[in-house]
Amino acid sequence: MLLNIKDLHVSIGDKEIIKGFNLSVNKGEVHAIMGPNGTGKSTLAAAITGREGYEITKGEIFFKDELINEWEPDKRANEGVFLSFQYPIEIPGVSMTNFMRTALNAKREYMGQPPMSAGEFLKRMEEKKKLVDIQSKLTNRSVNEGFSGGEKKKNEIFQMAMLEPSLAILDETDSGLDIDALKVVAKGVNQLKSEDNAFVIITHYQRLLDYIVPDFVHVMYDGRIVKSGGKGLAIELENSGYEWIKEQFGA
Amino acid sequence: MTDESKEKDVLQEVTSGEYKYGFFTDIEADQAPKGLSEDIIRFISAKKEEPEWLLEFRLKAYRHWLTIEEPDWALLKHPPIDYQDIIYYSAPKKKKELSSLDEVDPELLDTFNKLGISLEEQKHLAGVAVDAVVDSVSVKTTFQETLKKHDIIFSSFSEAVQEHPDLVKKYLGSVVPYTDNYFAALNSAVFTDGSFCFIPKGVRCPIELSTYFRINAANTGQFERTLIVAEEGGYVSYLEGCTAPMRDENQLHAAIVELIALDNAEIKYSTVQNWYPGDKNGKGGIYNFVTKRGLCKGNSSKISWTQVETGSAITWKYPSCILLGDNSVGEFYSVAVTNNFQQADTGTKMMHLGKNTKSTIISKGISAGHSNNSYRGMVRVGKRAENARNFSQCDSLLLGDKCGAHTFPYIKTNNPTAIVEHEATTSKISEDQLFYCQQRGIDMEKSIGLIVNGYAKEVLNKLPMEFAVEAQKLLAITLEGSVG
Repeated sequence: MLLNIKDLHVSIGDKEIIKGFNLSVNKGEVHAIMGPNGTGKSTLAAAITGREGYEITKGEIFFKDELINEWEPDKRANEGVFLSFQYPIEIPGVSMTNFMRTALNAKREYMGQPPMSAGEFLKRMEEKKKLVDIQSKLTNRSVNEGFSGGEKKKNEIFQMAMLEPSLAILDETDSGLDIDALKVVAKGVNQLKSEDNAFVIITHYQRLLDYIVPDFVHVMYDGRIVKSGGKGLAIELENSGYEWIKEQFGA
Repeated sequence: MTDESKEKDVLQEVTSGEYKYGFFTDIEADQAPKGLSEDIIRFISAKKEEPEWLLEFRLKAYRHWLTIEEPDWALLKHPPIDYQDIIYYSAPKKKKELSSLDEVDPELLDTFNKLGISLEEQKHLAGVAVDAVVDSVSVKTTFQETLKKHDIIFSSFSEAVQEHPDLVKKYLGSVVPYTDNYFAALNSAVFTDGSFCFIPKGVRCPIELSTYFRINAANTGQFERTLIVAEEGGYVSYLEGCTAPMRDENQLHAAIVELIALDNAEIKYSTVQNWYPGDKNGKGGIYNFVTKRGLCKGNSSKISWTQVETGSAITWKYPSCILLGDNSVGEFYSVAVTNNFQQADTGTKMMHLGKNTKSTIISKGISAGHSNNSYRGMVRVGKRAENARNFSQCDSLLLGDKCGAHTFPYIKTNNPTAIVEHEATTSKISEDQLFYCQQRGIDMEKSIGLIVNGYAKEVLNKLPMEFAVEAQKLLAITLEGSVG
């Protein structure tokens, strides 16, 4: 099993956001986590990736059968956990190329491999840029600086392609994307999908799921999963909205 | 762990970052007794076999120094300096003339290797001419032959006094007179060596020139002087680097750099200053009181200062430009990093005197630990300076909540056509940026290095290529561990 979350409780400050969350993800699977705003979806992503300030008060996160609750974010990343950010961060003065090279070589160092040669690295950049239809000038710019909303999201998928994670969490990657950009992002994900990796797609809407077909759909509400099903559940949600969930599971 | 305790933890790490150049080389030194008097000045002058006029210059400076007080306007705190407790002359023993590297004291060569400056290597790979000053005396000037072909003079200051007394006499003190300030007067009285560079009319210096300063002996002050003259149409790019061993007591460094650019000449002066900053409790470290000034004497001349300041317990330094020639250009690019209990009060003065003169000031301050980092700058536009333009940008980056960043911009314009712009920002390294880097597998330390280097990039880009890499590493080392 790639990811196994057991009875997870997460607080920000004094406020409990995740309240007994369970999820198992195997290699080769695509899971969608849907639900209304403010239900803890992004908090879940932050807890899995080890963001500071998100305190696990109870429960376990296992990744490749190892308990990772206390791991630093960079260790999780180098072990293969990738987060496509809902709001990618700008880092002025640091070129995308330099950023990616630093990240890639950090991973290689972690794996006990020598740094990638400049030639090999550039070749890989070119190859992966094509995958998400990223223009060359973007990689010469500072990280996310002056990128449009769509470019930022494509850039997240580009980084994912470069780093080849075994578990990719896409946090609202579809939000703010027009239909063309959405298709590009979906194409990228579909090409990267393999028997050796898995995706957890966090989304509010089901439209991304028209292009990336999930094996499982989970409905999250008030910090836990309240319903799971197949692709059909997403369509059901699309038609009926989230109101019925609030009525059925709301306090 | 909460945000705050994590931050404290990481700050702990920053503050324990070790100084990597703190070794001491055991070389026999030829020293003057402690203290300062006219006799000591005569001793120094005699040691250096100086002409009478230079001794006179020193004595006048000394007598002036006795009448003035240490300045107290900078945002710096330190116990009073006992000027009688300092050794004003210390030279590595080994008197004979050095003409090849083989003759340099092997201990000394080893010192340079530890500093990462192999003279040999630099000679062959970088094409950089290096003049190295240890304690007070210039040890080795490489690349003389190549420079000779272009009639460029690049030598130790002492040698220049012997070989080119007229040039030295003409320009010495012409930009920074001994009456300029307390530390300039002190330096003028006791300076022991330094570098001299003369670029004749129409010559573009084909290689980067470089000086390395090192304080080695205990209780010594280092008082060097650098004088660079570029005649009409001349060009030179010059770099200085400095380090010192770790010692518990504070050591004084009071240097003067004078630059003179005639018509259409350009001087680019870069500094990577890494004097010993003191330990994490603020004990020891170099007091760095330096006067640097460039005179754009000719029309369309240009002087550009680039500095990366990571060392010293105290830095008091304002590399300035006097824009006398019409259409002359002055630039100041600075990255100043302070950590632990370091204090820096640094900036620039741009004095617009000629018509259509332009100046640019880009200052990036980075403070961590309990340090204080101030930008102090003055832009002055004289009556005659029609259409003078200045752009200043002063950014401060704070790592942690125990350090301080201050900005003191002074602007005085006496000409209504002048356009003077000043922008200033203060920011903290954001937790968002750090997490973003870490999520990509980059550890905390490297992430901070990456972000800080990005922040300082505008300035680092102005450094000669091979030194930019060195400066980037230095920034990362200085801030090792930083912030959450």
